Amino acid sequence: MMTNQGNRISQGQFSFLPDLTDAQITAQIKYALSKGWALSVEYTDDPHPRNTYWEMFGNPMFDLKDPAGIMMEVNNCRKTFPNHYIRVGAFSSVQGVESVTMSYIVNRPKQEPGFGLVRQETEGRTMRYTIHSYASDKPEGERY
Amino acid sequence: MNNTDESNNKPDMVVLADDAPVNLEAEFEASNVKEVLDKLDRELIGLKPVKTRIREIAALLLVDRLRKQFALTSETPTLHMNFTGNPGTGKTTVAMRMAEILHRLGYVREGHLVSVTRDDLVGQYIGHTAPKTKEVIKKAMGGVLFIDEAYYLYKPENERDYGAESIEILLQVMENNRDDLVVILAGYKDRMDKFFHSNPGMRSRIAHHIDFPDYSANELLAIANLMLADQNYHFSPDAEKAFLEYITLRMKMEHFANARSVRNALDRARLRQANRLFASASKLLNKVDLMTIEAEDILASRVFQEGKLDSEPAGVKRP
Repeated sequence: MMTNQGNRISQGQFSFLPDLTDAQITAQIKYALSKGWALSVEYTDDPHPRNTYWEMFGNPMFDLKDPAGIMMEVNNCRKTFPNHYIRVGAFSSVQGVESVTMSYIVNRPKQEPGFGLVRQETEGRTMRYTIHSYASDKPEGERY
Repeated sequence: MNNTDESNNKPDMVVLADDAPVNLEAEFEASNVKEVLDKLDRELIGLKPVKTRIREIAALLLVDRLRKQFALTSETPTLHMNFTGNPGTGKTTVAMRMAEILHRLGYVREGHLVSVTRDDLVGQYIGHTAPKTKEVIKKAMGGVLFIDEAYYLYKPENERDYGAESIEILLQVMENNRDDLVVILAGYKDRMDKFFHSNPGMRSRIAHHIDFPDYSANELLAIANLMLADQNYHFSPDAEKAFLEYITLRMKMEHFANARSVRNALDRARLRQANRLFASASKLLNKVDLMTIEAEDILASRVFQEGKLDSEPAGVKRP
């Protein structure tokens, strides 16, 4: 965050770059499909860089051949949650990997209020620091 | 954010001058379509109307490609198809080829065929159908979605049937994602007509209605020869004559399923050939013996002896 320009959350791949265009997203999906990975679309409005558990938008998509199907889901998700964070993940089922191998944000809220620094006093004069998203002060679903 | 600017999506196209010559022949050669069409001619016997239509589609797509070089844009043609015909007339086989042809012509991106029936599209409880249908559609994107026995999708006698929901989703995708997938429906003629009658939206969204004619006896013989060659068998000259006779008799009987019946008859002939070879175990066999189907392997069929189907148990009298 501190190294990132503005209040943009950085998580996953490409998040320090300008937003990916649809053509670039399609190209990334094509790469994942060529590796035989299963793609999924996820969304959240709880923007902490360490929040890795996002909500699934539909089931992960196995056995697809063409990016068009995944782009369709991405666009559906954008239509349903225009002001949420949306990411595309690619899951590799190769033995020994068996985890998400790609993950990048494909949609952001129009306004990202950013993070504040929270100080906590503990034993002695020790200070603990953490960050807190201004957006998450509001209840879920009303944040953006 | 959601960049919808298409210009950086496509490679730069050089627009040719108005009087620049283009070579249709060269384009035809480059697309490898000739190879596929020749293969189609060679491996699919008969089916005149089908081949003509495939040629027309290939020509249209090639001409479209040339027109693009002059920046003459036209809407992408709708290529959803409907194959009707009696059992065993090659609907599925042609659908498989179609995927390859469309891929060569650059109309579909991947060229795979996803073959489904009602079971794969329609769910068992409320809310199950839409995700199921969508999943199949997503799998078929970039290729061809082949729905066999499509009339089962719609069951008018049960108003709580979920098939209608599936049809609705299909219609939507057929209209909106024309660039992404080609839908081919297949089924028997009368039932498909009934299906379209109750789903007029489906009929109008399908541009090509292709009827598969029944084969003649000689065409079926040619098919049999091809099938045998594929499995490294061949007829002896006598056997060929006998088989033609067999086909002529069999065509008049009930449950005749064109090429499928031929395949079954050949499978049984192979059984009898093996049995015959076994009976003459004392003799040393050579390669030709193992490959040849003799007349007696065919003539042993019950179609000749009692005028009955082989699949029926012996001694059962038919009404």
